[in-house]
Order: sequence, then C-alpha cells, then structure tokens
Amino acid sequence: MTDAPHVETRDLSKRFGGVQALHEVSVSIVRGTVHALVGENGAGKSTLGKVIAGVHQPDGGALLVDGVPVQFGSPRAALLHGVTTIAQEISLVPTRTVVENVFLGIETARLGHVDRRALRRRYDELEEWAGFGIPAGVPVGALRIADQQKVEILRALAREARLIVMDEPTAALTASEAARLLEVVGSLRARGTTIVFVSHFLDEVLSIADTVTVLRDGRLVQTTPAAGQTTGSIVTAMLGRSMEANFPPKMPPPADAPVVFSVEGLETKRFLRDISLEIRAGEILGLAGLVGSGRSEVAHALFGADARSAGVLRLDGEEIKVRSPRQAIGHGIALLPESRKTQGLLMGRSIRENVTLPHLDEVSTAGRVQRSVERRRATELVERVDVRTPGIGIPVHELSGGNQQKTLFAKWLFRRPRLLIADEPTRGVDVGAKRAIYDLIAALAAEGMAVLLISSELEEVLGLAHRVHVMRGGEIVARLEGDQISEDAVMAAAFATELALAGRESA
Amino acid sequence: MTTRTETDVVRRLDVRRLSGLSAARDYGIVFSFIALFITLSFASNVFFSRINLLNILDQWSATLIIAVAGTLVFIAGGFDLSVGSIFAVSGVVAALTASHIGAWGAILLGVGMGLGCGVVNGILTTVGRINAFIATLATSIMIGGIALVLTGGSLISVLSPASFTTLGRANFITVKYSIWTFLAFALACGYLLSRTTFGRAVYASGGNPEAARLSGVRVGLVRSATFALSGMGAGIAGVIVASRVATGQADSGGLSIALDAVAGIVIGGTSILGGAGAVWRTVLGVLLLAMIGNGFNLLNVNSTYQRIFQGAIILVAVGVDAWSRRSS
Repeated sequence: MTDAPHVETRDLSKRFGGVQALHEVSVSIVRGTVHALVGENGAGKSTLGKVIAGVHQPDGGALLVDGVPVQFGSPRAALLHGVTTIAQEISLVPTRTVVENVFLGIETARLGHVDRRALRRRYDELEEWAGFGIPAGVPVGALRIADQQKVEILRALAREARLIVMDEPTAALTASEAARLLEVVGSLRARGTTIVFVSHFLDEVLSIADTVTVLRDGRLVQTTPAAGQTTGSIVTAMLGRSMEANFPPKMPPPADAPVVFSVEGLETKRFLRDISLEIRAGEILGLAGLVGSGRSEVAHALFGADARSAGVLRLDGEEIKVRSPRQAIGHGIALLPESRKTQGLLMGRSIRENVTLPHLDEVSTAGRVQRSVERRRATELVERVDVRTPGIGIPVHELSGGNQQKTLFAKWLFRRPRLLIADEPTRGVDVGAKRAIYDLIAALAAEGMAVLLISSELEEVLGLAHRVHVMRGGEIVARLEGDQISEDAVMAAAFATELALAGRESA
Repeated sequence: MTTRTETDVVRRLDVRRLSGLSAARDYGIVFSFIALFITLSFASNVFFSRINLLNILDQWSATLIIAVAGTLVFIAGGFDLSVGSIFAVSGVVAALTASHIGAWGAILLGVGMGLGCGVVNGILTTVGRINAFIATLATSIMIGGIALVLTGGSLISVLSPASFTTLGRANFITVKYSIWTFLAFALACGYLLSRTTFGRAVYASGGNPEAARLSGVRVGLVRSATFALSGMGAGIAGVIVASRVATGQADSGGLSIALDAVAGIVIGGTSILGGAGAVWRTVLGVLLLAMIGNGFNLLNVNSTYQRIFQGAIILVAVGVDAWSRRSS
C-alpha cells in the first residue's frame, strides 16, 4: 500500500468542446512531495490539477489514490479521499469571518446549532499547527490576498486534506508574499502533505518542487526531478517543436510604411504607467508578458472600454478621441477580446447576428435591418475567414472553439479596421485551427492593416510579430526588434521580478 | 485530420441528444397552446365561439399589453416590478383629468404618465446602477403612494365625457378598441424586436452585456428604453381598464395583472436570464393562462384548482429553460 504513489493518473484524457485539453496523460505523484505541473497557457496543467481534485471529470483513463482507482464526481467526493484544491480565484465568503470560512460546511454543530466555542478551539489548534498568525474573528474580505490564500490553505487542512492542488497560488501576490507562501508550502511538505503545484513562474517551481511535470498541448512531455533542471531546460521542453514550421513567413512592412496608429503616455488610474507605442501599416506589433502584466488592460484602454487617466491616441498622425468602444469602432479600431465567451460573442445567437452586431448601421436603413444585405455581408465574411459551419443561421455555441474564434474575426473584419487589436487570438483553439488564424493575421497585415498582437503563448508572439514589446507590472519594460527578438530576451524581461525573488530565496 | 472529423461526429451526436429538451424549450408553448385550444374546443361547446374568444382577448388585453412590453425588458436583461402601480396611477390620472381636458387628452396623459414612470425606472437602473428588482420594487411602492395621494383613497368615477369609455367598451369594425390597441402594440413591439437594429441591441444587452458594450452597443440606453416602453405599456393598459369601468382607483388589481404578465412571459419561453425570447411567445403564454381560467370556468371547476394549475405550469416552463441551458 505505502509503496503506491499518493495519486496516479493513467492515460487520463479530457475534452472541452472541440479542444482536447488532456491527451492520455500518465503521472505519478509521490506522497509528501511538491509536484509541479508546468506548461504554456492552454497546455493542460490547470485541467490536470482540476481532474485530480474532482473539479473536472476525465473522459478517459484512470485516476488512482493510494493505488486504488477512484472516480471523483465532484470536489466533495475528492475531499473524502483527502484531495482538495485551492483555485486561482479565491473562493471564500468575504463578509464572513476567518473561522466561519475555514469550517464552512463542516461546522461542529448539534441539530443545526453551531457550537462557536468548539469551532474556535478547533481553529486555534489548526492555527498553532500551521503557524500562519491569522486572526480568527476578522471578515475574510478585510484580509490581504496573500492572507486570504492562507485561509484557503487552512480550510483545506481543516478538511484533513492530505493532497492539496494549488493552481497558480502566487499569481496575485507580491514578490515578498509569494516568498512567504513558498515557505508555507515547504512546511506543509515537511509535515507530510502532498502538494501539486500548478504554476507558470518557473523560478518558484525550481525553488520549491521535488518533481516537475511538463505538459504541452494536453500531452505529457516529461516528468523529471527538479534538481538538475533549469528555467532554460524547462522552457525548451514546454515549447518543444521547432517554430518556423507552424507560422506563415514573416513579411515585415517596407521601411517607409507610414505609422497608422500611435499612443503616447497612456496611463490608467489603477495600473498602467506611461505606455507609448506606434504601429505602422502592415506591421504586427507583439505585446508579450506574463498573465497579469497589463497587456489586456492596454487593449481595453486603447479601445475606450476602460477609462484612461492620461495618454494621446493618434490615427494617421491626427489625435482621436476614444472614450467608448462605440467611438473606437467609428475610428476603425477593432478589438478581438481575450475571452470570446464572456466578452466576444453572444453564444446563443446566430453567426449572422454576431458578425453584424457592431456594424448594424451598415446593414440597415432607418433602423430596420435589411436581412438580405445582412445575410450577404455575413456570408462573405464567414467564407473569407473560413468558418466551417452548415450555415450562418446556427447559434455560435454549436461551433468548435476554432470556428467560434474565426467568427470573432469575421465580426471585426466587417469594416476593414485600420487597427486590429487581437488579444489571445488562439486561446482554446486546437492546433489545426491555430495555423489558419496565424495565416489570417499575417494576411491582414500584408494588406496594410496595423495589428497589435497580445498573447500569452510566447511562440505565437515570436512567430508572428515584426517587433515585440514586453510588459511587466503595467509598464513596457523592453522593446525588441529584428535579431533582438528571442525567447531568452522576452523571458528575461517578463520574468525579471521573479528572478530577483529566486535570488532572494537562494540567498 | 482524422481526429478532427471524429470530433465533428461527436459534436453532432451531442447536439442531437440535446434536441429533445431544446425543442421542449423552443416550441413547448406552441404545442401546449394548440393542445389546450383543441381540448377546450371539444370539452366545451361555448369555448370555440366568436363571443367567448373575443371576450377572452378583451378581458386579457391589459395583461397582454403589459406582458408584451415586459418581454423586451426581460430580453434586455432587466426586470420591471412596478408595472402594477404604473397601471393604477395611469388610470387614476386619466380619470381625474377627463372632465377637464377631454377624454382623449386624459387618455394620452395617462399613457404619458406611464411612460414617465418607465423613464425614471430606466434612469435608476442604468445611470443609478441600482438592481432592477429593487429599484422597481421601490418605485412601485412610491408610484402606488402617488396614486393614493391623487385619489385620496376613494374611487374616481368618470361621469363625463361619455367618450371616456370608448377605448374600453366600444367596438371598431365589430371588435373592441381594447383588442385593436393590443394588436397594434404587440405588432409594433414584435417588429421592433425582430426587425430593427434596436431589437438586436436588446438581445445583445441581455445575452452578453460585456460583449455588447465591446461591440459598441450602448447597453444602458437600450435597457432604459425597454423600461420606458414597459412603463408606456402599463400606462396604456391602465387607461384601457379605467375606460372600461369608467373609474380610476389606486387599488385596481395592478399587482395581480403584473404577476400574470410575468407568468405569461416565462410560460411563453422568454428567459428570465435575458438574451432570448420573443413577443409572439409572450402572447401565447398569456393566452394560455387566459384559456386555463376560461376553461376552468366553462367546465365549472373550482377556481382554487385553477391557480394551482397555473402555478405548476410556470414552474415547468422555467424548469425546462434552466435544464436545457445546463445541458448545453
């Protein structure tokens, strides 16, 4: 019994709509170790963590706990086997106290009457063991994010979790808070708890993990001891395949191509500082950086969707006012938002209605939609971007991820925008459709459109963009062109803070 | 490439498996309506007669108008609880002013009152960012209070001009004005929703407000407009009933009309979550309720059972919507 790994997956598969998130992944997680799952965004690391914790149910393969096959129908079922998760988004009740949150659902109660004193006693025992120093009676909402995370850990421990899946636990933390959280992880391990650590901060992973599993496109690349690995070796395993084959040839704009769009000194009240950039006709400017570095915020501020506190926008050299998405659209700016589901498409409405929504004035007279005109224009665009569909009348939610994304492109190509801002244009799209979208972006630029490409997939930025700006903490920290554009250069700029953190750790 | 084809097959199978429930959501109201209509036609020899059918339409014209306008509010992602009070205050305003400014002037003023209340609701919920349910609950109480103040708690009988009762009692081409008014209003709202850019904006604002905003739709303005329309509909309904009984009163059964309207909307299949629905659905939904009441009366069934039955139908309608959403 004790020889069996704490948790083992055998040929685990999971599919979301048209995307194979996990493909026959087999991993053994040894009891009392920190086991890191790494990979690019969309590689399947979070999905694997969620399957282990019972949040998602696998479509194929087996999950074993202590060598015994189990089927977790829910996170609650996983908890009965001592497995739980701490999610990316904090899932506490902010208005209730720390004690109430820690014991939510497992209160010491008799006939529904909660015994507060007993709860308090249990909390003190737990807190003494963990040593977090978090006051019991404070509403969780009043705590800092880092402390809220500790409450989540306490909650997991209160449920006698022996394996905790932590999904990007440091993403919302400052460097020093992250360092403290890593110490907590270390002490949990010392007490025999197994930790599955999902993260894209490779330096953190190397400083804390015993074992590292690398995933790519839902497949297992390798599982190796962390000792002996470097950031470089892991990144190589994450990216894997050679780059050129998957991207259309780069066609940089001629040297005398005019600047189509520029912004100077863009700031927002909360986050962005002094963002300046310009894009020429036919140019693809890549905006790289870690999740949370401010790339999408730039997109939304340029599009008038978020308020700016400073900054001058120019189109063809002339200053333009963009205070709302409506004005942006009027000036020929298009934003392909990060999440097609929550920001991009009306999932229940037809392709036709989605494509024409921002451009209804062009397919209507006196407020009446001209259906034949609408149908013709929508059909043209859908064919142009090659959406595979039996017809333009079917609701968008019936399409695969790739075809939904193409529908989003069709929607924004209606007016031939001057500036196309593409935020994560291939998120949740399978490999075949990715290449089609890359070709489309390259073709649009070749026709003279200015393109701002935002992506968490480094290879996408490297493979498509003519110039690359790297963001960190709401600022542009590096501007790379020509030969300067490389994985190492982008990574170095994007990770700078985390490198510093790792330095402090080892010191 | 082969794997891709396989996925397509799997997806298509998925779609087919869901189609039963989806069909129930999409066309359940049509089947139910036809089934009940045929059943009642056979069960009672009075039901399928011109007089009875026109009588149903006349009796339910106020509810139908309120429900039709409310459909647009629902689809845009809002909720209007105040239509009952607006219904009452509009009738009161019309009854109070009829002898001073003439029947038609009073009726227009009543409708205008409703429209004004709707505009206030729209401003509160969009500019004021107050939850629609709470905002219209509050305005509902306030408007009800205004109606009480205006009437001093008593019935306002309209003795003259006699033409005040035309809208509620008289015929035009052998059919009551109230029915014509409902037909015109429903056709106008149906057209607005299904054929115009405003209609598209209504669906977008309710279906996915963030996507709508990023597509240049002025979500707040669109939602406000639906509240204004809803207020106007309640105003029209209010003056129809005031005209029918030649009386304005603060407590004119507005709440029950408002609840029937909401019931009709959801029975028709318009989602309370916004983004989906249609005017014709609501018309069928309200008429289904109307037929149940009418049928129970004609067949001499205790009216207590009638309410239980109507309530159960609402649960089924909303349940089917929720289940079919979850499985897709």
